[in-house]
Amino acid sequence: MSRSPYLSSAPSVSVIMLKVLLALLPGIAAYVWVYGGGILISLALASLTALLAEAAVLRLRQRPVLPFLMDGSAIVTAWLLALALPPLAPWWLVVVGTLFAIVVAKQLYGGLGYNPFNPAMIGYAALLISFPVLMTQWPSPLALAKVSLSFADQWHYIFTRSLPLNVPVDAISSATPLDYLKTQLVLQQSVSDIRNTPIFGWLGGRGSELVALATLLGGLYLLHQRIISWHIPLAFLATLTLLSAAFHLLAPELHASPQFHLFSGGAMLCAFFIATDPVSGPTTPLAKLVFAAGIGVLTYVIRVFGGYPDGIAFAVILMNICVPLLDAYTQPRVFGHEK
Amino acid sequence: MGQYRDIVENGLWKQNPGTMQLLGLCPTLAVTSTAVNGLSLGLATALVMAASNAAVAPVRRYVPDEIRIPVFILVIAALVTIIDLSMNAFVHPLYVVLGIFIPLIVTNCIVLARVEAFAAKNPVTPSALDGLMMGLGLTLVLTLLGAVREFVGKGTALSGIDLVFGAEAKAWVLQLIPDYPGFLLAILPPGAFIGLGLLIATHNWLEQRRLAKASMHAALPVAQSH
Repeated sequence: MSRSPYLSSAPSVSVIMLKVLLALLPGIAAYVWVYGGGILISLALASLTALLAEAAVLRLRQRPVLPFLMDGSAIVTAWLLALALPPLAPWWLVVVGTLFAIVVAKQLYGGLGYNPFNPAMIGYAALLISFPVLMTQWPSPLALAKVSLSFADQWHYIFTRSLPLNVPVDAISSATPLDYLKTQLVLQQSVSDIRNTPIFGWLGGRGSELVALATLLGGLYLLHQRIISWHIPLAFLATLTLLSAAFHLLAPELHASPQFHLFSGGAMLCAFFIATDPVSGPTTPLAKLVFAAGIGVLTYVIRVFGGYPDGIAFAVILMNICVPLLDAYTQPRVFGHEK
Repeated sequence: MGQYRDIVENGLWKQNPGTMQLLGLCPTLAVTSTAVNGLSLGLATALVMAASNAAVAPVRRYVPDEIRIPVFILVIAALVTIIDLSMNAFVHPLYVVLGIFIPLIVTNCIVLARVEAFAAKNPVTPSALDGLMMGLGLTLVLTLLGAVREFVGKGTALSGIDLVFGAEAKAWVLQLIPDYPGFLLAILPPGAFIGLGLLIATHNWLEQRRLAKASMHAALPVAQSH
């Protein structure tokens, strides 16, 4: 029998982070199913780099190392970054991106709780503008690849960049659906023709839509556990849906359908795991709605009118800048006080 | 002589324009993609600063206070034009690379800041030295930042040296890391901001260590007297 006062204590940071990692597992499982086990190597590499980098900087900053390592936030950053990178990215790309995310974007700003930008997205953006070719080289889903690589082959490819004999790079890589759609639209193809190519499935890209669905499942678990509130996922997905639906209805041959935008690229991961970062995101409910809607608009604009195939990272970073302003303008009126 | 020592120390270290006063950020961030670029623009700025300080100091009593800023700017602009034309004539390839940033030395606030803060109140010799030392302090930061960005971004040292010494100097460029894939971020503007931030942090760290050491030495005799 517990005694009053019946105050529920907020879960600790490590519990939250553990649940976030748990919620990422369905997406990772789908990833392995669709692209092969290579993603596990990236995840392990990123986690190891993140922990070592975090420990090193904490030592330099003369902060307690173990308590901060155990909170798990570094691993969450590492996993999000690894999931955002192309699955068979070379090992050093993963390491450089994670180092940048942890050392520059997180620890230099003061560590967990002080970083104004989402560290994983800063790491991603740094890699995207530094190594555009590697960052857009996605492997084909196993079901579509002309040659399927075994786990050992993927291991070799990640660490030495060498493929088994007689396998050209083109045989294992293909344009992502978002990328393909963009280039084909420039070539005056209609959306319905483009969507008839085998890389498209019934929602988004063949294979990658499964990853998105599994990520959605994990996200719903986070909502159910009240780790995240509904505001950010709903506002982001709704904005993306509304915008893409409007354009799709106006010119169905020039703009892809809403379900394609929802289940392509990093939209689902962003909605439930990236935009909902409690540190770099806003705190008041209204600010959360505006923040997520802004990410939705920017993502759509960058995807459709911008130069990059996907716009999640830049959209999130740009809206991160607005967070202090959003929070300041949306403070609720305290009861008994004049506005 | 103590006065001159202070001027040198202030310009190169204590009040370094690049890392302490944070003046002249426009060239610091824009042209430091290589060490050669940074060094060249830094030297050009240092020359302008020494000359403008030396030119303003003798007339400081005759310039009415109300219009001193336009007068100073005119003096600086005339000197920058000389540098601009000379660089165009003698190191033309470099002139093309640095482009608008040479004429922009006029608007570089560190130049006007030293004229206003130092040359307008001091005799010619210390003024000229102050301009030169502040300019060299800035050059130091520009070169260091350029070297770091070049190394991280391209894995080279001395790239662009052929712009100064002609085409045969191309062989002097050192590829420090073979097969370097290049880290474009360091060359792009964000790299300049991050690099400058790290330089400022390094400066502060070294200064803190120096002060800590100095205070320890000062405290030592007291501890012994007990």
